[in-house]
Amino acid sequence: MPDLLSVTDLSVEFATDRGVARVLDRISLSVAAGEVVGLVGESGCGKTTLGRTILGILPGSARIRSGAVRFKGRDLLELDPVAVNDEVRGRAITFIPQDPWSSLSPLFTVGTQIMELMKWKSPRRDERWSRERWPALVRRYARDRRRADLDAVLDVLRAVQMPEPERALRRLPHEFSGGQRQRLMIAMALLPSPDLIIADEPTTALDVTIQAQILRLLRDLVKGRRVSVLFTTHDLATAYEICDRVVVMYAGQEMESAPTDAFFGGPAHPYTRKLLESLPSPDGDIRDIPGEVPSLIEPPPGCRFHPRCDYATAECGAGRPEARALGGEHRVRCYHPVGVA
Amino acid sequence: MTSALYLLARLGRDRSALIGLALILVVIVAAVLAPVLASHPGDVFEIHPAKRLQPPGGEHLLGTDRMGSDIYSRLLFGARITIVIGIIAVGASVVIGVPVGLVAGYYHTWVSDLLMRVSDIFLAVPQVVLAIAIAQTLGPSLPNVILALSVTYWPWFARLVYAETRSLGKEVFIESTAALGASPFRVIALHVLPNVASPIIVRASIGMGFTILTAAALGFLGLGPPPPTPEWGRTIAESREFLPDAWWYALAPGLAIFLTVMGFNLLGDGLRDILDPRIRRAAAASAPDADA
Amino acid sequence: MSGAPLLEVVDLARHFPIRNAVGRRTGWLRAVDGVSLVVWPRETLGLVGESGCGKSTLGKTVMGIYPPTAGEIRFGGREIGRLPRRERRSVARDLQYVYQDPGASLDPRWKIGRSLHEPLQIHTTLSRSERQAEVEAILRMVGLPDAHLDLYPHELSGGQQRRVGLARILMLRPELVILDEPTSGLDVSVQASVLKLFRRLQETFALTYLFISHDLAVVRAMCRRVAVMYLGKIVEVADAAALFEDPRHPYTRILLAAVPRIGGPRVTADVALDGEPPNPRDVPTGCRFRTRCPLAEARCAAEEPALRAAAGRLVACHFA
Repeated sequence: MPDLLSVTDLSVEFATDRGVARVLDRISLSVAAGEVVGLVGESGCGKTTLGRTILGILPGSARIRSGAVRFKGRDLLELDPVAVNDEVRGRAITFIPQDPWSSLSPLFTVGTQIMELMKWKSPRRDERWSRERWPALVRRYARDRRRADLDAVLDVLRAVQMPEPERALRRLPHEFSGGQRQRLMIAMALLPSPDLIIADEPTTALDVTIQAQILRLLRDLVKGRRVSVLFTTHDLATAYEICDRVVVMYAGQEMESAPTDAFFGGPAHPYTRKLLESLPSPDGDIRDIPGEVPSLIEPPPGCRFHPRCDYATAECGAGRPEARALGGEHRVRCYHPVGVA
Repeated sequence: MTSALYLLARLGRDRSALIGLALILVVIVAAVLAPVLASHPGDVFEIHPAKRLQPPGGEHLLGTDRMGSDIYSRLLFGARITIVIGIIAVGASVVIGVPVGLVAGYYHTWVSDLLMRVSDIFLAVPQVVLAIAIAQTLGPSLPNVILALSVTYWPWFARLVYAETRSLGKEVFIESTAALGASPFRVIALHVLPNVASPIIVRASIGMGFTILTAAALGFLGLGPPPPTPEWGRTIAESREFLPDAWWYALAPGLAIFLTVMGFNLLGDGLRDILDPRIRRAAAASAPDADA
Repeated sequence: MSGAPLLEVVDLARHFPIRNAVGRRTGWLRAVDGVSLVVWPRETLGLVGESGCGKSTLGKTVMGIYPPTAGEIRFGGREIGRLPRRERRSVARDLQYVYQDPGASLDPRWKIGRSLHEPLQIHTTLSRSERQAEVEAILRMVGLPDAHLDLYPHELSGGQQRRVGLARILMLRPELVILDEPTSGLDVSVQASVLKLFRRLQETFALTYLFISHDLAVVRAMCRRVAVMYLGKIVEVADAAALFEDPRHPYTRILLAAVPRIGGPRVTADVALDGEPPNPRDVPTGCRFRTRCPLAEARCAAEEPALRAAAGRLVACHFA
């Protein structure tokens, strides 16, 4: 079955005062229908940029150098931007942001903001309606469709376990706690009946007990509705919790990708292994990774991790390794994967 | 301080600020070198009734006034008065207002409230009106003008510094220096003050313009230094009965006031742009957190 | 754990007034509400809890950044919570506080060297050259080159700024250092480096740490003893191994169960974690945790459990 999302050889650059930062270097990854894929990496690895490229919301200083982002068979980078905005962004692909505190406007009630979303992105929106020539402010929101949308909103709010959904709609964002706001963001991400949700570190800012609730909620909902999720995080343990597959990124390159159990049971890429080792262990032993994350303006050639790698040889700096299958869905981009003949 | 040089270089790129600076320098040079540059230096005190109200030209660059004195020379000496008033009045406002603002901003007790209420009272009265009242009560003279202006202008500095100090007080480095055991005096003098210096400088520059304008207004109303002091505002007042025939009589001091005030305003605007903390912070953004 | 405790906190409270829109006080935010703690010399005591539990406020109150509303703080046997300002400042030599981002504690307009001289200028009468020698020595101990003394904070990387911030505090050779969320927001590998640095400094300077963090994995690796806070009170204090293997307080159990652990059972499968922590402005009567506690009974609403010894540790629960 073809993948829902397929990113191939994507390279993205940013113009900065100090030079051109090569934030993504020929990245390839895929997400199948109904799959939760964890995108793990430390700051600067490019995971946020990747999410933004898929959504098409890169800042003006960004340039897409190469590659394709195929969603349901069509390359989003090639399509007419208006069509992408209308049909894909916020509809077929939705977004859960990292920070629940600044994601909603403080001036309008939650209900107003959600219904505004539904007016434009509801799955019940008629194609003819979207092509009407009336300007955005005066476009008609048919009453019967509005009613149906409102019912759907209340349903989803109940599904995310929001207490008293009708009352909640009349409240302002600041009256909700962080966990409740994140539930709202999940609700808003589900309402357009998307095929794919890009969740950018959705639980990083939450307390650990709330995080557990939100993770559980998210997993139940997406599995129930067969929605795929691209779940970004810097916390490996969170990826372990709800992802079907994990992809590790480092300095703009993807290093390894495997189903969760294989990933944590037998990681092959040296960086992945170092990353797992640097997690604080109960016996108090702390191991860090010598060296620093490289600058993206003058990154190391070939595999960008090779200057810090114990197994590096000359070929690692000469050219970047291609993806190598290690049985099943386990893929690694390394000349010297650990534990492999 | 390489940052000072960096800022001066940036100032150099702002054309209007440079124009402002040029204007100010002209006025200062005129004031300092008045005896040298004046064509009739004696005319500050001497009168020549025979030559009264002559139009500009020939011996008198800008014409003569109702006493026959050379307007150009009197203008140059008037520049001295103007600069002195400006510097002392603004200087006094800074000396009074800045410490008040610092103390009120740093502490959160009844003292702050008291200080701010006092400065609010002064702010509530229009500056010109209060200056007039003070000058009226104490009599027209140069020191009284300076006093009136200082008394009415210091609250602007107090309020500005208060706001800046309040917001700075929340910064981690202020709190941590206090936690290190630094006395409030040290924190305020060495850490808060340097960080609020920029807004103070900007306001001082613009304040010069404002103060000079008000001083001229007072002079115009007859509340400034008495004749024969060649104060610009008074000169304009003298010229009123001779308008519009002796147009040069009013134009010269009027233009002088205008150019001086504009000079300070342009410079102040330029300084504000280059000292804007947002621009400074963007330029000083630190490198990404790569290592420990 | 021999001799006298280095720090002793007795029934400490720190309340903040809650004011409405016109400034009238409508109630109290009891951020720290009767906390008693002991910190022994050379140990690392972890203080954990979720947001709103008061751990940060506790650290700042002990440090003197906030004056205590009630209770005592004894440092080296001497009561310091009620000292007048001037004398309190001299305690800073021995008791120091590290912010979450130590680099932010540097004045951006001061060169690094000047910032490092300052603590000595405040507390000692050393000459300039004597101070310079100290500064260079400490700089070396945190692993930075002398050349950095002439730089401004923004010219260093985040990690280097952190080291300078730490060096500034170490200039006074404090005995107890309060670390407030030192690894929050850091990448895993950077976190590991920072923790190693803390360990090394503890050895070199014979430091005692009060380690405040919400990250249980980090606390487990770094701390010998751990105290758990909930809504302004301590609910459990135990040796780290005992706490993590056999938590006694229901909140500790839930907290530990909620932490994702690679290779362990998935927390998302656990059903016992429901509800939101109550509003700290509106604390439940009796035991504060009862609104979320699976063991709650009538007694819990009527009577607040005291922190008492049980099963080799201190627990505040009627059923421990």
